Amino acid sequence: MSAAHLHLAVALDGAGWHPAAWRDPAASPKDLFTAAYWAGLVAEAEQGLLDFVTFEDTVALQTTRLDGPDGRTDQVRGRLDAVLLASRIAPLSRRIGLVPTVTTTHTEPFHVASSLATLDYVSGGRAGWRVQLSGRRSEAAHFGRRDIPELGPAQAVALEDFPVYRELFDEAGDVVEVVRRLWDSWEDDAVIRDVATGRFVDRDKLHYVDFEGAHFSVKGPSIVPRPPQGQPLVTALAHSRLPYEFAARGVDVEYITPHDRDQARAIVAEIREIGGVQPKVFADLVVFLDETAQAAQDRRSRLDELDGAAYASDALIFAGTPEQLADLLLDWREAGLEGYRLRPAALPADLTAITRGLVPELRSRGAFRGEYEADTLRGHLGLPRPTSRYAGSSR
Amino acid sequence: MKQVILAAHFPGVNNHTVWSDPASGSQIEFSSFVHLAKTAERGRFDFFFLADGQRLREQRGRIHDLDVVGRPDSLTVLAGLAAVTDHLGLAGTINATFNEPYDLARKLATLDHLSGGRAGWNVVTSSDAFTGENFRRGGYLDHSQRYERAEEFVRTVRELWDSWKADDLDVDPVAGTFAAENAGAFAHQGAFFDIAGRFNVPRAPQGHPLTIQAGDSDGGREFAAANADAIFSRHGTLQDGRAFYRDVKARVAAHGRSPDSLKILPGATFALGDTDAEAQENADHIRRQQVSPQTAILLLEQVWNRDLSSYDPEGPLPEIDPLVSDDSIIKGRTRQTSDPLRTAAQWRALAEEKRLGIRDLIIEVTGRQSFIGSPARVAEEINEFVQSDASDGFILVPHLTPTGLDEFVDKVVPLLQERGVLRAEYETTTLRGHLGLGESV
Repeated sequence: MSAAHLHLAVALDGAGWHPAAWRDPAASPKDLFTAAYWAGLVAEAEQGLLDFVTFEDTVALQTTRLDGPDGRTDQVRGRLDAVLLASRIAPLSRRIGLVPTVTTTHTEPFHVASSLATLDYVSGGRAGWRVQLSGRRSEAAHFGRRDIPELGPAQAVALEDFPVYRELFDEAGDVVEVVRRLWDSWEDDAVIRDVATGRFVDRDKLHYVDFEGAHFSVKGPSIVPRPPQGQPLVTALAHSRLPYEFAARGVDVEYITPHDRDQARAIVAEIREIGGVQPKVFADLVVFLDETAQAAQDRRSRLDELDGAAYASDALIFAGTPEQLADLLLDWREAGLEGYRLRPAALPADLTAITRGLVPELRSRGAFRGEYEADTLRGHLGLPRPTSRYAGSSR
Repeated sequence: MKQVILAAHFPGVNNHTVWSDPASGSQIEFSSFVHLAKTAERGRFDFFFLADGQRLREQRGRIHDLDVVGRPDSLTVLAGLAAVTDHLGLAGTINATFNEPYDLARKLATLDHLSGGRAGWNVVTSSDAFTGENFRRGGYLDHSQRYERAEEFVRTVRELWDSWKADDLDVDPVAGTFAAENAGAFAHQGAFFDIAGRFNVPRAPQGHPLTIQAGDSDGGREFAAANADAIFSRHGTLQDGRAFYRDVKARVAAHGRSPDSLKILPGATFALGDTDAEAQENADHIRRQQVSPQTAILLLEQVWNRDLSSYDPEGPLPEIDPLVSDDSIIKGRTRQTSDPLRTAAQWRALAEEKRLGIRDLIIEVTGRQSFIGSPARVAEEINEFVQSDASDGFILVPHLTPTGLDEFVDKVVPLLQERGVLRAEYETTTLRGHLGLGESV
């Protein structure tokens, strides 16, 4: 992988990120809950040699409200479990990374580790995880195990000021830590199949993780042997100091949402100053791509009109040509970004514009790969396969 | 004539699975699961089955190292298998104790969508604190409450599946309507779960993915009779099988259900050969592979509940008696006997009568194959079991990963098809359809 190459990921969600994208004539809104729909999108992304795709997920119905259902009937509602969706697609693809979203708030860390390790086996070393936490009261009510206050506009602006969010991020950091320990809990050569002594496994190479934290404890070892990548890729979206600090505890790729190059530079500087694991930093962008900037802006306006409101996002919304987007990506790279996670506004239109427009454009400028050079997701990102933290220690 | 229902059990983490054979492949590589699933589909089986265990087994305080160790997350591997099979049902064992209804209902409904209606789950429960050490909530549940919680768990999951009615997803881009206003609305208040809100997976193709129950106790039978579509029972003799079948089907009727709406599927093992004599030789060979000298001592320890590592596997049974205690030396697995002193007396008598050392005795008294014989004999016996109402079919457990079902599919399946008791081609698309089940309970 040349140092001059950008990394590109695409964030898949429903019919695209614009809430009216499903009403676009080119959309396939009746197929959103079929495997074939997602397999087609991932095949397109793989055709474009992208590093990975992410799959959005939540433990609540989509809503336009900050917290709780909105009862709207004119937008996409419903989502499939992201890990199972990624696993369903894995045998149908060969090289592209598959990164499902999984929450840390209402799940068992032990199951999270097992399911992602299994995805790594099913995909032959292409699994990742977009770590998410669930801070809504309406989500907590689906599980009935903990109280989370209702999220209002004030909290949404400054998460740091609300103790429950500190707790949820602290817990998320613990979950990442215990999941990583579980992935390491089998050394690579633990299975020996030694007929002479009758032993299948060398139990000195299986390790208790013995995690005890403020929120939970986990004994280990994992029920799943060490996954092909050793450590599947851990990624997270971060908008402010609290999530930046969380990411510094153990994330490989951190998505940020700057709206210009200076902001990107400032955020990268803040992340570097926090220290910790020094993740690769990607910027998230929502993209409308067409042959002319006018066509892209017109499409955006048309979808806004259908939805009855101008689409707003945490990330910058870009509407223009692939060439213009390539200019922006290369310009922002100077701020210290190593890649981008693009959110197609409408599927499949903006995905194919990425794979067939943006990718060739970047390649012609020497900024994107001409073929896959690795078989694993860590490999695409130039990350080595780590040895187990327990290697050589006796339990 | 009744149709024979067949399921393929991926070889498990116990001494039944022979790993020492040169033909034994990986217990974890996806290709092993693909091979067994495709073989089962080639044999027109009803479904593929995965067991479960959420903590590595231990004996005498150490991780058990003599059997296969390590397994995948069930539902994740089943989702992958949905991509490489077209008709085969995909069922996984899920421990309700360490899951929440909202999360599990989503996953099962997702698997059902992604497989076009082929999802199933085998509901098990646990109250053991040992496994609980891997989970937030620990082994918190009183043993007597296991089935109460499981029943409410299943009921809650079904409420979530029903929270989207069939026409709640009504996608019309021109009219601008995607889903009904109240799609997914649910509220459940019970002794174990108090949850409300919106479920976020549209109604699954099967409505309710297949529910299987395993367990032989009175509580387990009642639970199955009230709630399950199939029961994974123990294999017995024809006579035991008929008694179990009669008992459970009567309980089903007592719950106001059609007896046909619950299928009884014992787990079964097999050894084949061109002749019955050759099959018996193969069976004996497999048994010796399954019970290594070390495994013989270990299985003896499970009855004696003592450290017997100093005993010679080829020598006589211990003169010392089993230690009767609630505290078992084995963790993460059910104990194999309820009355160790009586079992020890029986084993000693048998060992004396047949002049058997420890290993030969263990081979004799544990895990004999359910069906041993030529393909013709095995096909005949399986069919007799089903036609005489000792079962509705079998969950077959091969002893080799991943090729252990190949010979059965090549040689026994065609004979069952000739008899007209196993489909030559799939005629239905969903797992419920394969089993001849209509709407769920």
